[in-house]
Amino acid sequence: MATPNTPLWEVFIRSRNGLAHKHVGSLHASDATMALQAARDIYTRRGEGLSIWVVPSTAITASDPAEKGMMFEPAESKIYRHPTFYEVPEEVGHM
Amino acid sequence: MYTQALNTAETDDRGLEDAAKDAAKAAQFQARIDAEERIEPNDWMPAAYRKTLTRQISQHAHSEIVGMLPEGNWITRAPTLRRKAALLAKVQDECGHGLYLYAAAETLGSSREELVDAMLAGKAKYSSIFNYPTLTWADIGTIGWLVDGAAIMNQIPLCRCSYGPYARAMIRVCKEESFHQRQGYEIMLTLCRGSDEQKAMAQDALDRWWWPVLMMFGPPDATSQHSDTSTKWKIKRFSNDELRQKFVDATVPQAQYLGLTIPDPGMTQDADGHWRYSEIDWTEFKQVLAGNGPCNRDRMAARRKAHDEGAWVREAATAYAAKRARRQTAQAAE
Repeated sequence: MATPNTPLWEVFIRSRNGLAHKHVGSLHASDATMALQAARDIYTRRGEGLSIWVVPSTAITASDPAEKGMMFEPAESKIYRHPTFYEVPEEVGHM
Repeated sequence: MYTQALNTAETDDRGLEDAAKDAAKAAQFQARIDAEERIEPNDWMPAAYRKTLTRQISQHAHSEIVGMLPEGNWITRAPTLRRKAALLAKVQDECGHGLYLYAAAETLGSSREELVDAMLAGKAKYSSIFNYPTLTWADIGTIGWLVDGAAIMNQIPLCRCSYGPYARAMIRVCKEESFHQRQGYEIMLTLCRGSDEQKAMAQDALDRWWWPVLMMFGPPDATSQHSDTSTKWKIKRFSNDELRQKFVDATVPQAQYLGLTIPDPGMTQDADGHWRYSEIDWTEFKQVLAGNGPCNRDRMAARRKAHDEGAWVREAATAYAAKRARRQTAQAAE
């Protein structure tokens, strides 16, 4: 007797002031309020966070790992975007 | 990302026409494993890898949840408020560990309900160690010291498991687990420094738990059915016997410090420092695994009761969420 599926939520936690929210895991809850409370209990039992985001998992659109070559190729071929691409004479010093 | 909606378990089981393509993919997959890359939920993986991990991670999750029962038995009877608060925190941790693990298992494409129902129906297993009773307070100390100690020995290599979500869950679990072992050892130390009766209670608990704890590492390497492929896939990094030996070597000095005697008169120390233990009684292990341990029926009954008695809460939460959603839609339409 499987109970109806309770929605899945992704949990993001800001661990310290000034840092970004980081994905820590997921949980099931029937609504956003319960998801936040469950996230507090499951993922911050030892003061791991100052702020929690919960996002319905279905709201996330992810890139396809099988297509990652094509997806990220535009960045890979542009080595001139990196500072090391350029030559600066030693005499100039740190730049 | 742990998104269930993105899982594509079905695509692994396509027709024979794709067999050649799958063989190429399997080779590619093994090359990634060999290069110590992590496999993520939406990556291609052999159906058997998915199945093995679903079985292992869900069993692990069930063990954490059932593991709350033997210790929960002593929460109301802990000897001091300090011990009670610590035990309560530990049992809450076990629940959290179960939930991290269920979430990791779900990324492989099974729903939480399927996983939990398989356990309640007796189709999925949990660690046999939790089918032993906690008769005295010293059992709580011994569980923390030895059962959690053995679990840590098993779980540390799992932090490097090839499956990303499992490895990440294990990192969180291992960080929290060390408090469990230390609180257990502290209980044992207090008992061993106490009255003769208290020390005898500690010895009695060690006598009862020692052999079942050694069995936690699983059957000997010669007979273990899952080890070969799990090693190839880097789910498993050390064999059952290797981990068992590490555990024994780490534990003997701890028992000596407590002044307790390990209930194995045949135990000897090698020239290379390893402690050699006597033959383990695997018939007991098989019996407990088959459902005939001292507490198998109790544990299952307790889990089923908790699940059944929680049904109205799940229903109410679902109904409330549906009502709120309807109200929001109606308001938006106005």
